[in-house]
Amino acid sequence: MTDRDPSGESAVIDCRNLWKIFGKRADEAMKAVREQGLGKLEVRDAFGCVVGVQDASFTVARGEIFCIMGLSGSGKSTLIRHINRLIEPTSGQLFIEGQDVNALSARDLRGLRAEKIGMVFQNMALMPHRTVLENVSFSQEVRSHDARARRETALRAIDAVDLNGWDQKYPDELSGGMQQRVGLARAIAADPSILLMDEPFSALDPLIRRQLQDKFMSLSANMKKTTLFITHDLDEAIRIGDRIAIMKDGQLVQVGTPEDIVTNPADDYVADFVAGISKLELISAGKIMEPIAAFEQRRGPIDLSDWPEAHPDQPLDYLVDLSIATQHPVVVKVDGKPLGIVTKNALLRGIKGETPGEDIARAAQ
Amino acid sequence: MANETAFNILDPFSSVDLGIADKTDGIKQWAISNRDLIQPIKRFFNEMIVGIDNALNTMPPLVMLLILALIAWQAAGPRVGILVATSLTFLGFLAPNAWELAMTTLAIVVSAVILCFLIGLPLGIFSGKNDRFEAVMRPILDTMQTIPAFVYLVPVVMLIGIGNVSGVIVTIIFSLPPLIRLTSLGIRGVNPSVVEAARAFGASPAQVLFKVELPLATPTILAGVNQTIMLSLSMVVIASMIAVKGLGNEVLRAMGRLDAGKAIVGGLGIVILAIVLDRITQGMGQSGRERGHRHWWQGGPIGAVLRLLSKPNQTATGDLKSET
Ligand SMILES: Nc1ncnc2c1ncn2[C@@H]1O[C@H](COP(=O)(O)OP(=O)(O)O)[C@@H](O)[C@H]1O
Ligand SMILES: [Mg+2]
Repeated sequence: MTDRDPSGESAVIDCRNLWKIFGKRADEAMKAVREQGLGKLEVRDAFGCVVGVQDASFTVARGEIFCIMGLSGSGKSTLIRHINRLIEPTSGQLFIEGQDVNALSARDLRGLRAEKIGMVFQNMALMPHRTVLENVSFSQEVRSHDARARRETALRAIDAVDLNGWDQKYPDELSGGMQQRVGLARAIAADPSILLMDEPFSALDPLIRRQLQDKFMSLSANMKKTTLFITHDLDEAIRIGDRIAIMKDGQLVQVGTPEDIVTNPADDYVADFVAGISKLELISAGKIMEPIAAFEQRRGPIDLSDWPEAHPDQPLDYLVDLSIATQHPVVVKVDGKPLGIVTKNALLRGIKGETPGEDIARAAQ
Repeated sequence: MANETAFNILDPFSSVDLGIADKTDGIKQWAISNRDLIQPIKRFFNEMIVGIDNALNTMPPLVMLLILALIAWQAAGPRVGILVATSLTFLGFLAPNAWELAMTTLAIVVSAVILCFLIGLPLGIFSGKNDRFEAVMRPILDTMQTIPAFVYLVPVVMLIGIGNVSGVIVTIIFSLPPLIRLTSLGIRGVNPSVVEAARAFGASPAQVLFKVELPLATPTILAGVNQTIMLSLSMVVIASMIAVKGLGNEVLRAMGRLDAGKAIVGGLGIVILAIVLDRITQGMGQSGRERGHRHWWQGGPIGAVLRLLSKPNQTATGDLKSET
């Protein structure tokens, strides 16, 4: 594995320049894309091929939850299926813990899928002819683990998703939310280091979805599994993800932390998504404060004694609570030393998602 | 001579002779020169048929009737069990030799269906997985189902001679297609996302087939078996023209002698056998959901026996009555 670069060492999933073109003439289309830089529509018209993923590169660190967000048809499912090679890429490479997935033999690939990767599907994809227990122990059954060990680990996983006592039921005897818990139990039963989740909660009612998100987050805080989580819901991505990638027409248009994405959308497409998102928990005081020097220059010397105080990392939500109780602006302090001021106007603009640059410029007028 | 050579553009067919009939007739020569190859195969099949026939006929009729009724109960519930028992009783009383003839016919049908299953299941699975193979199979299956039986009766008899083996082969040709078609349909009907999930958890292609595709396709495949059985029964009269014994032979002989009574006995016998086999296989074809998610051994006579056996254990180990 000479081509592994040092920066990729810590990445559990390392995806490099991945392309997937569907269709009989995919290789020709790929060549044309390389040489003439054809776009998605041109490829469709010239070759009758669909571009599923365009030049996707990203890494996921150990223990990280990486969300991929995009509208339906943007290629999210196609991309995630490359990680365990349910789909072969047209071009590009994919490494899992430094190992080139597309170079594995069929046998090694099956080992990787059964032992290292757990997957959860949008439509549950449970086996209707098997009980919950038999579904959950499937990955160990195909590895021919003995029946008792299989049963024990499966029961532990069923316990982890609060489905005690349902192990002898069949999937169609369970509600949608419970079925997806079984899907989750099946994915974690073999204690894999990587979880692939393709819109796992999208098909559920909002209330059940919220419950399952909470369940997943508490599980994942304990298990610390490297997770690739797909969703079409930016709220969900922000709730769950350590980092988020926004996908559009097969391309990753922006990768960053939830705060990055919300405060600095890379283009209008992302900005449109972000517009409807509540900034209260995402933007911190440090991002919207006016430096203390600038404030004093504007307003003259001030007495900070009965002004409320906050830390730069505290979210707008907290500043709002502070501001309700007093007439004064909020002072942002680190170790008792004032750094900046957040006025009510600045706070309101922050809630609307306006950047501090604009904020200060406008305030100075 | 003149009208043979004169080529008429408006009627090209009568003036051109490709000699297909003559060439096909050459099969006779081939069969004669390859007797050594054909005879052992024929002997193997004959022994199988005779073995099944003997097994069915040495069993006392009442015991056999009881076994069939119990199988029906197991497969399709107590009602069908009773239906089968009464139908078979009626069959036995049709004529003194009706039971024996029915068992001979059953032996032919069972042999044909077993062979159909052995041939049809792999072909059906393959054509369920491979579009090109399916495209090739389709016209062949259409031909097998629609070509008049008399057309292949002759070459089969030339190759193998008259008797049970030819009868079974002719029956297979006619009754194999639905099994292949429905197996293919069943495999194609399996939810692809379930197959994908199995692959995602590390199943090999063989494990996907045996642990996911075949179990989920089973109701459809059993519908195919049911059709195959029905079609084999409908072939018994034609098969009797090449010296296959049994109920079909009764009908054939009755036709020759214009003996309406004998024809009714044979005909009713075939119909009753058809009803019995149809109900049993339909019962097997129920999916797990229709059975209320019980395993097949949890119901019927076997379930009753198992419950009886496990009762003493339960009371011995303690108060587990609340479980039942
Ligand atoms: N097997 C396939 N053959 C052809 N096109 C496909 C195939 N799978 C997906 N696509 C196309 O690729 C695009 C991305 O699909 P998908 O990855 O399922 O999107 P998402 O999961 O984001 O909704 C869609 O335009 C879809 O039609
Ligand atoms: Mg999708």
